Amino acid sequence: MLRSELVQKLTDENPHLRPQDLEKVVDVILEEITSALENGSRVELRGFGAFSVRKRDARVGRNPRTGETVQVEEKFVPFFKAGKELRARLNDGVDPEDR
Amino acid sequence: MFSVNAVKEVGVQHDKAVTRAEIMDSLVREVGLTRQDSGELLERVLELISDDLTDGQTVKLARFGNFVVREKNARMGRNPKTRIAAEISARRVVAFRPSPLLKQRVDDSLNKD
Repeated sequence: MLRSELVQKLTDENPHLRPQDLEKVVDVILEEITSALENGSRVELRGFGAFSVRKRDARVGRNPRTGETVQVEEKFVPFFKAGKELRARLNDGVDPEDR
Repeated sequence: MFSVNAVKEVGVQHDKAVTRAEIMDSLVREVGLTRQDSGELLERVLELISDDLTDGQTVKLARFGNFVVREKNARMGRNPKTRIAAEISARRVVAFRPSPLLKQRVDDSLNKD
């Protein structure tokens, strides 16, 4: 499913709402998550999952093609962990972390 | 894929997590919907994404990122606390691949120096 298809489904299901507003709904949800992560905050959507930021330490890396070493600076990357309910749905109703 | 030192979460201690309530507030404010509609639409968006993932489908949200389901084989692991070896069962997991834009925005704003 693409972003456009998600908007289309919401539009089909909500004839009482304007399509441009439903597009904005998706924009606002994703923007809200993005700006929280920019602030270093977690986003917790119970059942679905949680977005957070993880720090990758600086390291000495290697260019796989040339083999030369390069210094890779520390960086901050977005991370998502599926929530319990979603983990269970993906695994025949049982969250594998409970096994 | 990443080294052990990579698993450090930032920001947890000083900021309260953003939840459905804050996102609903933004929907009310920025789209002008009722709180009821905002809550239902947010829930529906999460449901539609979850439904596709449960079917094994990839969800690609342009300018944000892709959610991909990956099949993991069973493997031997170790409880880090008890150090007892145990089999980690085969499972399906969700991997989120952030878009270049999202990665850039997050790193730019937190990696200031």
